[in-house]
Amino acid sequence: MHADPKGVLTGVHFLDGDHACCEGTLAAGARFAAGYPITPSTEVVERFAWRIPTVGGIFIQMEDELAASIAIQGAVWGGAKAFTVTSGPGFSLMMEHIGYAAITETPCVFVNVQRGGPSTGLPTLPAQADMMQARWGSHGDYSIIALCPNSPQECFDLTVTGFNLAEEFRVPVMMMLDECVGHMTEKVVIPESDQIAITPRRFTHQSPEEFRLFKPKEDLVPDMVKAGDGYRFHVTGLTHDERGYPSMNVETQDKLVRRMQDKLKPFTNGRALFEAVNLDDAEVVVVSYGITSRVAQRATQMARAQGVKAGIFRLITAWPFPEQHIRELAGRVKAFVVPELNLGQMVHEVERHAAGRAKVISVPHAGGTVHKPEVILKAILEAAR
Amino acid sequence: MSDAILDIPLDMTNPVEPFLRMDRMPHIWCPACGIGTTVNCFARALESSKLDLNKVAIVSGIGCTGRVAGYANLDSFHTTHGRAIPFATGLKLSNPELQVVVYSGDGDLFAIGGNHFIHAARRNMDIKVICVNNLTYAMTGGQTGPATPTEVISATSPYGVFEPSFNLVQMAEAAGASYVARWTTYHVKQLSRAMEEVLHKKGFCFIEVLSPCPTLYQRRNKMGDGLDAMKFYKQVSKVRNGAPTSECALTRAGEIVVGKFVDRDRPDYLELLTHQMKETLGDRYADPEVTTCSEG
Repeated sequence: MHADPKGVLTGVHFLDGDHACCEGTLAAGARFAAGYPITPSTEVVERFAWRIPTVGGIFIQMEDELAASIAIQGAVWGGAKAFTVTSGPGFSLMMEHIGYAAITETPCVFVNVQRGGPSTGLPTLPAQADMMQARWGSHGDYSIIALCPNSPQECFDLTVTGFNLAEEFRVPVMMMLDECVGHMTEKVVIPESDQIAITPRRFTHQSPEEFRLFKPKEDLVPDMVKAGDGYRFHVTGLTHDERGYPSMNVETQDKLVRRMQDKLKPFTNGRALFEAVNLDDAEVVVVSYGITSRVAQRATQMARAQGVKAGIFRLITAWPFPEQHIRELAGRVKAFVVPELNLGQMVHEVERHAAGRAKVISVPHAGGTVHKPEVILKAILEAAR
Repeated sequence: MSDAILDIPLDMTNPVEPFLRMDRMPHIWCPACGIGTTVNCFARALESSKLDLNKVAIVSGIGCTGRVAGYANLDSFHTTHGRAIPFATGLKLSNPELQVVVYSGDGDLFAIGGNHFIHAARRNMDIKVICVNNLTYAMTGGQTGPATPTEVISATSPYGVFEPSFNLVQMAEAAGASYVARWTTYHVKQLSRAMEEVLHKKGFCFIEVLSPCPTLYQRRNKMGDGLDAMKFYKQVSKVRNGAPTSECALTRAGEIVVGKFVDRDRPDYLELLTHQMKETLGDRYADPEVTTCSEG
C-alpha cells in the first residue's frame, strides 16, 4: 500500500533533519503525536503541531515525557499510527514505556535527537551516547529496532521506514538522530505519495470468537486489533499468555520473552540496513553511523589519497546489530576503526562480532562537536600498519 | 437469613456476569476487600447506562485496583504505574467515539500519577476517573500513600503517619474536573448511580470511592474486619451533596462527607481544540481522522 497523499508534501525542499523527520512521520501515516519540549528535538513536533490540523490528526503537548510516551500507545490501540520525540533526559524518562511497548507489542516510534550527556549535559550540542540506552535502557529482555539517519533526506526516508518496521514487527522503533543531523539543513526530496510504500497495520481478519490477541503468526508476530471493534481484548504489561491474560509462571515467561527476542532474528540477517562504501578492496573499514559517518567519509578519502585502502560500513540499523556483516568483513579485512560521539558503545558490538579476527580500534569522543577528520585518519593509518 | 435470598434459584447466573471476564475468576482480591463491591456497582452502572459496551474501554494503572481492567469484559488496558490517565488520553483522542474509563487506586492516581491527574482535569479531557481509595498501597503490603490519614500505622510508617494527606475531591475540583463525587462501598446504590451519571457526562469526571482494606490497613490499625468497615462507613458518613470540597478532607476516624460536590459544564479538550482550529484555520482545518491506520 502507498502513502495517504494528505500527509505527503511532495516536492524539493530545503529542510533541517528535525523538520524532515516530521515530514517522514506524516508521509508514513502518523496522525497522532504527543510530545514534551526538549532541545534539540522539539522542532519535530513544532512542525507537526503546525502541519497536522490541515492534514487531519492530533498533536498534544503532554505534561512530561512519561505521559507523552504512553499517550502515543493509547493512541495506537485506538487505531492510530503515533510517535513521540525527545532527547537525552526525556529519553531516560521514556524507558519505562519503551518496555511497555515491547511487551505489549505496540507499534510506535520514538525519535531521539541525541545531545551530550549524562543528565542535562550539553542541551544544544551533539552526541551519540544513547546508543546502548536505546537497546538496553528499559528493564528486562526485549528487542527494538534503531535507525540512524545521517542527513535530512534520510531523516525523511528512514522515518517512513521506521514506521513501516514498527508495524511489521510490532516493536518500538527508535529514530536515533543526533543534534547535528537534526539541525543541519539540506535538500530533501519528498516523492509522490504513490512512490512511498507503507506497511499497513496487521489487523486481524478473525472474528472476536477466534481471535487471540498474542497468538503469533508464522513470523512470530501476532496480528492486532483496535479498541471499539468488539474484540473485548485485554492488554497488560504483565507477562501474559496468548489471550493477553496475566500468567505468572516460568513457561509463559520463557515463551513470551523468547518470542519477543526471536521475532527480530530475520532482521539481524537478511533485513539489516547499511551502506557499504569501497569495501571490495578495503583493508581498513570504518564502522560509523549518523553524523560521524560523514566525517568518516572525509577521513577515508584522505586515507585513500595516501594509498591506504579504507572503506566505510555505515550502520543504518544500529539495532538489531548487523552481526553477520561484521563477521564476514572480519574474515577479510585487517582492522575496523569505530569513531563515535561517545566513549565507546557500538565499538563493543564490532569487537564482539569481529571476535579477534580483525583489529578493532575505537575512536571515542565525549561529544559537543564532531570528530576532526584527521583524528579518524590517524586511526585508519595506524590500523593499516 | 431472609427468604429473599433463599428464593434465588441455584441455576441463576449473577446479573453482573456479562460485564465480567468469568474465565478469569476467581479474582485476586482479599475477602472483604471493597474493590469487588465497586466493580459490582460499575457493572450495574454499565447495564443501566445502555451504552454499547463495544465502545467502552477501561484503563487501569498498577496496584490492587489496577487489576480491575483485567476482569472487565470490555476493551481493557492494564498500563504502567501511574500512567493510566495519559494512556487513556491517547486512546480517547485517537478514537473519540470510545467512552474511556480510568479505574485505579489512590497511590497510582495521586502519588506516581498525580501530575497526570491534575493536567487531565485542567484540560477537561473527556475521561471518567474512578479512584478506589483504600488509603494505602495494598498490593505491596500496606505502605503509606498520599491519601493515608495522619496517625495511621502503615508498613512504612510504623510509628504513625505524620505527613498531611491530599483531599482528593478538593484537588479534582481545583484542577478543573467537570464532575466530582465521593461515596463509600457502603453506598452501593449511590455509587452505581454516580457511575451511570458520569458515563453520560462530558468532560473530566472524578469519583472517589472509600473502600476497605481489611488485610492491611484495618488489621494494622485495629479497625476490625470488613463488616466493621461497613458499620464505620455507615456511622461516620454524612451525605452533603454540593458541600464545598474544602470541607471534605478525610481523617483517621472522623466524619466522611459523601455526595456529589461538583457538576458543571465546561467545554472538553476536543471541543476546545476543534473550536480553536476552526477559528484560526477556517476551511483549511481538517477534521482529525486519527484512526486511518488501514488494513492490509
